[in-house]
Amino acid sequence: MSLSTKHLLGIKNLTPEDISLILSTAAQFKEVLQRPVKKVPSLRDIVVVNLFFENSTRTRISFELAEKRLSADTISFSASASSVSKGETLLDTVNNILSMKVDMVVMRHSASGAPHFLAQHIPAAIINAGDGINEHPTQGLLDAFSIIEKTGSLQGRKVAIIGDIMHSRVAQSNIFLLNKMGAEVTVCGPPTLIPKHIAAALNVNVSYNLQETLQWCDVANVLRIQLERQNQVLFSSLREYSLAYGINRRLLDSLHKEIVIMHPGPINRGVEIDSDVADSKQSIILQQVENGVAVRMAVLYLLSQRSN
Amino acid sequence: MKSILTAPQLAITIKRLAHQVLENHLGLSNTVIIGLQPRGVFLSDQIVAAIRQELPGQPVEYGKLDITFYRDDIRKELHIANRTDIPFSIENKTVILIDDVLYTGRTIRAALDALLDFGRPEKVELCVLIDRRFSRQYPIQPDYIGKSIDSIVSQKVKVYWQEKDGREEVAILD
Repeated sequence: MSLSTKHLLGIKNLTPEDISLILSTAAQFKEVLQRPVKKVPSLRDIVVVNLFFENSTRTRISFELAEKRLSADTISFSASASSVSKGETLLDTVNNILSMKVDMVVMRHSASGAPHFLAQHIPAAIINAGDGINEHPTQGLLDAFSIIEKTGSLQGRKVAIIGDIMHSRVAQSNIFLLNKMGAEVTVCGPPTLIPKHIAAALNVNVSYNLQETLQWCDVANVLRIQLERQNQVLFSSLREYSLAYGINRRLLDSLHKEIVIMHPGPINRGVEIDSDVADSKQSIILQQVENGVAVRMAVLYLLSQRSN
Repeated sequence: MKSILTAPQLAITIKRLAHQVLENHLGLSNTVIIGLQPRGVFLSDQIVAAIRQELPGQPVEYGKLDITFYRDDIRKELHIANRTDIPFSIENKTVILIDDVLYTGRTIRAALDALLDFGRPEKVELCVLIDRRFSRQYPIQPDYIGKSIDSIVSQKVKVYWQEKDGREEVAILD
């Protein structure tokens, strides 16, 4: 048994079997992370380069930690401190790095499809760590892992994705994954932040009413308002957004049940989610981060089989 | 297919292994038992059950170890990882590792590496149901042996367990 793909470019081209294999392997790596020595020798013959052409805290640290926990050699690279600022192309940059015998590439890029382009031109295994507004597959996987850990299963689970669906690669990866694994998805947000034909294109429910959506769901995945991707005004002010779509304690108390609150981070406290909700027992935001390392270890481990 | 141990013989052998462990570690006060995933666990479950029968009311520390991430053939083939569950400290304890068949010794080499990531045991002993003599590729030998057999490389030794295979038997497959 192995993955059906050489690269992890997105959830879109994974099979349900691939997803199950990654998640069950991640559960074993989560146990490794509880040991006195939180490290296994599996990837000690593998060199991984982390190419971050866009800023990141969580994902980058999580990948670096996952690589080190697997005993891989790692090189980290950020665009601002490199020859990219001298005008070198993406393919030249990567080919130069690969000529130094690198086995796997973890890449984040602001252009959607950048890892897909690389995959057609280079032999190394590529893991997409977020490409523009397309996909963020390891986030989708760790969200799924966290939902299973908290609620037992994805099958039949009702998941609401709330906020800026239009610009969110996290939303897209989550939708692909949850659909493949038998969960039901509702996207909720202001009409300007929800793509027009998403209901038909991605097989999700669409709602513009936050209260109704929360009443319907078992799990609410609250997205960050991506201020850096808003080059036109899609809502009038942060305060107005927060009043209509912010998750607060009063709203959660008005529901007839306790739902699970998730957020991929970084949080804009007081905008899409209030501090008392983010820090409450209902929220599994920090467990998501913890699970991220185990899930990325699983992805690296399973793809390393193919890279040799 | 040639049968080496039938179900009744297997039951007696397992009981003997349990008694031998007890004989060497009376009371099991500073001793823990760890079965190797996936198939060693069927044996260790039965040995631990037999030991618990002999020591009623006394705690017997028993864990399970998966060595997938420590294998030396990791680039050849993908192995599916199983659950590791060692809910106690092995620091300064005597650890009895249990597996079904000892063949090349490579699994036990990996198990020793994995074990050391949980602490520094005082001593490690090895208990196996079947010892395939003269086929070792590493210098590893068992302390407790259910049955020693001589077999050639092309043969396979298979242990069948009730929970997994619907019957209990040890056989050589040609």
